[in-house]
Amino acid sequence: MSPRNATEIVDREFLELRARLLELAASFDRIGRADHPGPDSRMRLVEIGLTILADDEPDKARRIQQLFSREYSPGWRGEFGME
Amino acid sequence: MYYIDPHIHMVSRTTDDYETLARMGCVALSEPAFWAGFDRGTADGFRDYFRQLTEVEPARAAQFGIRHFTWLCINAKEAENVELSREVIAMIPEFIDCPNVLGIGEIGLNKNTRNEATVFLDHLDLAARLEQLILIHTPHLEDKLQGTRMILDMLGDDSRLDPGRVLVDHVEEHTIGHVLDRGYWAGMTLYPVTKCTPARAADMIEIYGTERLCVNSAGDWGPSKPTAVPDFIIEMRRRGHDEATIRQVVLDNPLSFFGQSRNFDFQPPAIDSTLA
Repeated sequence: MSPRNATEIVDREFLELRARLLELAASFDRIGRADHPGPDSRMRLVEIGLTILADDEPDKARRIQQLFSREYSPGWRGEFGME
Repeated sequence: MYYIDPHIHMVSRTTDDYETLARMGCVALSEPAFWAGFDRGTADGFRDYFRQLTEVEPARAAQFGIRHFTWLCINAKEAENVELSREVIAMIPEFIDCPNVLGIGEIGLNKNTRNEATVFLDHLDLAARLEQLILIHTPHLEDKLQGTRMILDMLGDDSRLDPGRVLVDHVEEHTIGHVLDRGYWAGMTLYPVTKCTPARAADMIEIYGTERLCVNSAGDWGPSKPTAVPDFIIEMRRRGHDEATIRQVVLDNPLSFFGQSRNFDFQPPAIDSTLA
């Protein structure tokens, strides 16, 4: 349903993409300069998120959302005693 | 372009915001009952809130030519208190026939707890018994996917509920397919940090089409933007989408969904002369 081609989209969004990459880079630098009390599981999620951005697969926004989501259990009613 | 904001919390906004919305082309809006930023202690606190939603806000909106509709419930966050929730739910029938009430909402889950699920089911039962439309809040951030799936499970369990009379709000990339595939309406909320941006909402329109999809601002007391729907309109235009496609999302779809309520007697102005 998109009325545009990829070049048109990059033309419009290139500077925005570049700026977002710089923001990410600066955040990592900031974290890197700080004291490190120990491993942080949230940063592991961020690292996995970066691999999603860099891979060749589509559907990146949905996969990033899924990465940061608690797991759904189809048996939740039983766990709550609500069956 | 005229538009309807199907989800905006005007009790939290100034009168100047009503004027701005009118200038941007907003001709009607609907305001679900929600969390006030603090837990209310008594059912009477909700009685006053329901009076604000059914008496005060319609009059405030009318000053600027905007029709105000509303939804009633105790929200998911305060639903952790089951005893209070049941007192509030018992009070809703007193207000359900007020002329601007469209149904029960925004009900749903917050942290996906047993108490929240219990109160959600009580609300569903009330809506089914009173033959009301339902507007659903889905949780934020890491709780959204799990909570949305639980909500869909509970909706699916009740054969009295017609999916075409239920709108599941705050969908994002990982939940929109689950909602639309089951025949429910879906709302995309344009809101900073949590929820969705105008660009991502336009992406989802391009992927899923315009059927049964709405956009809203959810403007409230937090960092939010009551004019987010016009931002979406501009984003769609910048991408080259035609006016009919945009109008379906921001005007025709809310008209179709709300039109199922016996209290929705609204028709937009016949001639769209706004320049926005």
